[in-house]
Amino acid sequence: MVKFVRTAQAGSLESCDILVTITKGKEQSGVKINLESSAKKQFGDRIIAEIMEVVKKFGVTDIVISAVDKGALTYCIQARTEAAIKRAFGVDEK
Amino acid sequence: MKFTANKIGRKIPEELFEKKLIPFQGKGKGPYKVRKYAPKIRMRRPGEQKILSSIREAIKAGELTDGGTISFHHHFRNGDFLLNMVCHEIAAMGLKDIRLVPSSIQGVHKEILPYLEKGIITEINCGTSSVIADAISHGKMERLLTIRSHGGRARSIENGDVEIDIAFIAAPTVDPYGNINGVRGKNACGSLGYAFPDAHFANYVVAVTNDLVPFPNNPISISQDHVDAVVKTDKPIGDPKGIVSTTLRITRDPKNLKIAHDCVEVIKASGLLKEGFSYQSGAGGTALATTNFLRDYMKSKNIKGSFGMGGATEALVRMLEDGLFEAILDVQTFDTYAVQSLLNNPRHIEIGASQYANPQTSGCAVNLLDTIILGGTEVDLNFNVNTSTESDGRIQWGMGGHQDTAEGAKLTIIAIPLLRGRIPIVVDNVVSVNTPGENVDVVVTERGIAVNPESAFYDTLLKAKHLNIKTIEELKRIAEDLAGGPPNQPKTTDRIVAIIEYRDGSVLDVIYQVAD
Amino acid sequence: MKKEPFKEKDDRLRRTRLYIPGNHPAMIQNAEIYGADSLIFDLEDSIPLTEKDTARILVRNAIQALNFGRSEVTVRINGINTPFLEKDLEAIVPTKPDGLLLPKAETEEDILFLHERITELEKKHGLPVGKIRIMPIIETALGVVNVEKIVAAPRIAAVGIGGEDLTADIGAIRTPDGRELEYISSKIIVACAAYHIQAIDTVFADINDQEGLFQATKRAISRGFQGKSVIHPSQIEVVHRAFMPSEEEIEKAKRIVKAYRESLKKGLGAVSVDGRMIDLPVVMRAERILKRAKAWKK
Repeated sequence: MVKFVRTAQAGSLESCDILVTITKGKEQSGVKINLESSAKKQFGDRIIAEIMEVVKKFGVTDIVISAVDKGALTYCIQARTEAAIKRAFGVDEK
Repeated sequence: MKFTANKIGRKIPEELFEKKLIPFQGKGKGPYKVRKYAPKIRMRRPGEQKILSSIREAIKAGELTDGGTISFHHHFRNGDFLLNMVCHEIAAMGLKDIRLVPSSIQGVHKEILPYLEKGIITEINCGTSSVIADAISHGKMERLLTIRSHGGRARSIENGDVEIDIAFIAAPTVDPYGNINGVRGKNACGSLGYAFPDAHFANYVVAVTNDLVPFPNNPISISQDHVDAVVKTDKPIGDPKGIVSTTLRITRDPKNLKIAHDCVEVIKASGLLKEGFSYQSGAGGTALATTNFLRDYMKSKNIKGSFGMGGATEALVRMLEDGLFEAILDVQTFDTYAVQSLLNNPRHIEIGASQYANPQTSGCAVNLLDTIILGGTEVDLNFNVNTSTESDGRIQWGMGGHQDTAEGAKLTIIAIPLLRGRIPIVVDNVVSVNTPGENVDVVVTERGIAVNPESAFYDTLLKAKHLNIKTIEELKRIAEDLAGGPPNQPKTTDRIVAIIEYRDGSVLDVIYQVAD
Repeated sequence: MKKEPFKEKDDRLRRTRLYIPGNHPAMIQNAEIYGADSLIFDLEDSIPLTEKDTARILVRNAIQALNFGRSEVTVRINGINTPFLEKDLEAIVPTKPDGLLLPKAETEEDILFLHERITELEKKHGLPVGKIRIMPIIETALGVVNVEKIVAAPRIAAVGIGGEDLTADIGAIRTPDGRELEYISSKIIVACAAYHIQAIDTVFADINDQEGLFQATKRAISRGFQGKSVIHPSQIEVVHRAFMPSEEEIEKAKRIVKAYRESLKKGLGAVSVDGRMIDLPVVMRAERILKRAKAWKK
């Protein structure tokens, strides 16, 4: 069972990218996602679902995810989410 | 409200705000009146003076009342201060229920938002952008926004669909008797083409300037016999940095360069690129790149065209100077280089909005175009083009000469990226239509080129094996595969906040208030 | 030619290989539209040390999710002695790229080590063993000295040159016509040719100098390079134009290939064209010319 190590971020604010920041949530708070996106009305529900899919895959919880989306596609949203989770939970670190 | 479907299947109400609406029936099939509108005759006796000391005096002299109509040109683009100045004055004078008919509303005009909310300005006729467009989308204006093309606006003024009480003309230079040009002075903007219908058909015309010059002004774009009053003010009527660009930047994005390159390949494959070729393109980054690629090709093959039309930019002017065109017809000038060219080069010709694009005349310039390169916010499977709303339903832009050039030109090319961020640009049905598919020949994206099966160039272009031809359905599928599906439909209320007119005055589409 | 394991014949066209920084989604997802013969998603020099992890995951996801059309899909992994190599391989091999570029390849042992690791991972993930190619980049003097052994190693296809680093390593000075790399280029080309492997010329850094790029590519082609690495999409058309054979060359190539095929049918021992005997390498070069001509027309 991985433990939260630090607030972490992955991605950027460049066009077609998404900046995902993960901070520690309160105990039993589950997973909260705050999404800012230029495509929020058109794809907001799907972006959140794509982020949640990665969160579930790593089985992490009690976190707050802030995502600032600049028009990223699914593969990028999920890559940045995975990278942020790994950094936040110290996965793959020696 | 009773609705009828127009030719492109859009539902149009029979009546809005006591005005009967005529649904679009196809190009060339629109309504038209028998005679042009005639403004009041105004007289100046010998010895009378035209100079007024303030805008307020001009508003009084023009006898503007509640419910009146005022107009402006947008040749100062995002450097325009005059529209705001006049609206502030009108509000201060306690007038209300005013209809605003500028040729476009830009970001700089956000100052008039409170007047929409207070019912001082209750109706606007033109393409809008930025804060005002957003406000109208959210229902903050009492009456309707009517979106017209450049040619449609000229038609509406000349046939009396719009009667202007006072036309305010921001004049880069004007003499005390009202002769105006746009090529000199600190606010030089080049062509004043969009102001011509206003000057000729309004019931009172006021020139406002920071640069009063001795009589007679030279050259004369708008002549004294149309101008009733001249206001000289020291308050800047425009910001030169917003009026013209010192250099417009060509796109460096390799994706847009590819689109530009492919546009030229399509023109070449069409067979139109030969002696006597005529061309129009815009001032955006991709359009400029296309103009430059075209120039290189025409130079290398020694092709001499007949005319270029603009949106005059340095890129287009250099083609003229290289001898690639006989002349440029200019209804709007974008940068300093082009302004200087209009001033000095006899082959660079200023034209008015009606001469440019009014379909209800003895023949406007767009009728003679071989090819036009246009943009858009969305395109659908019927090749209809949206230029005014974004995929979330908000009004964000006007349409310029899109509708006019698309109908007039032999080969109409829409050059757009397949996606903007995650949002697919090719969709089943666009949110609102500005240009009907029957006027569109080709859609060029970075991932493929779609040719309208109804286009006269269909067989010719499909024979060009080096072009990455796909069907419009394939393009939509590629876009949706990348985006993970089509975008969610916009959420709207059932209040109509805007209508999109076709250039003949019939109605192409309506826009609903967004539900937030 | 006998088909040896891990040494399958490779005659894929690689006139251009376009470097794409592995941490830029906008460039990654548009990579396929530029018509490069080969794409290199970079995890090495264009990625700062602090972003090696994010780039790796992004490139992995991109190769799995996106379609790159007809372009070859390759990844430049980090070098043998870096702490990133192992994770790069674990992440990227399962995505089945066409090839992996190994920077600063110096010894036969480097290649064998990589080959073994790739084989293990292919087996672990149930992939056909041996399909992923290794594409070494020679960037040091030691690499040049060992190139003859490197090209004989398993999986090798396409050997590149890191001109900037090499020039520095041998203590030379860069000149516009690249003469300081002449010997090195020839040595690598000869070694590659002996094993029927393609040699790819180094990048041309000045993306605004299209004429210079065209001339440099022409020089590279006449030396025997079969492709050029490019760093910007605007360079692709220029390089492809330089690789376009002349009408004369195409005509002659057609005659050679025709004569060869006829001689095979007739079971003749020797092939002659225009009264001259021609050998297999000449036929292979003619086939290459026709391949380039066909690609230009697309």
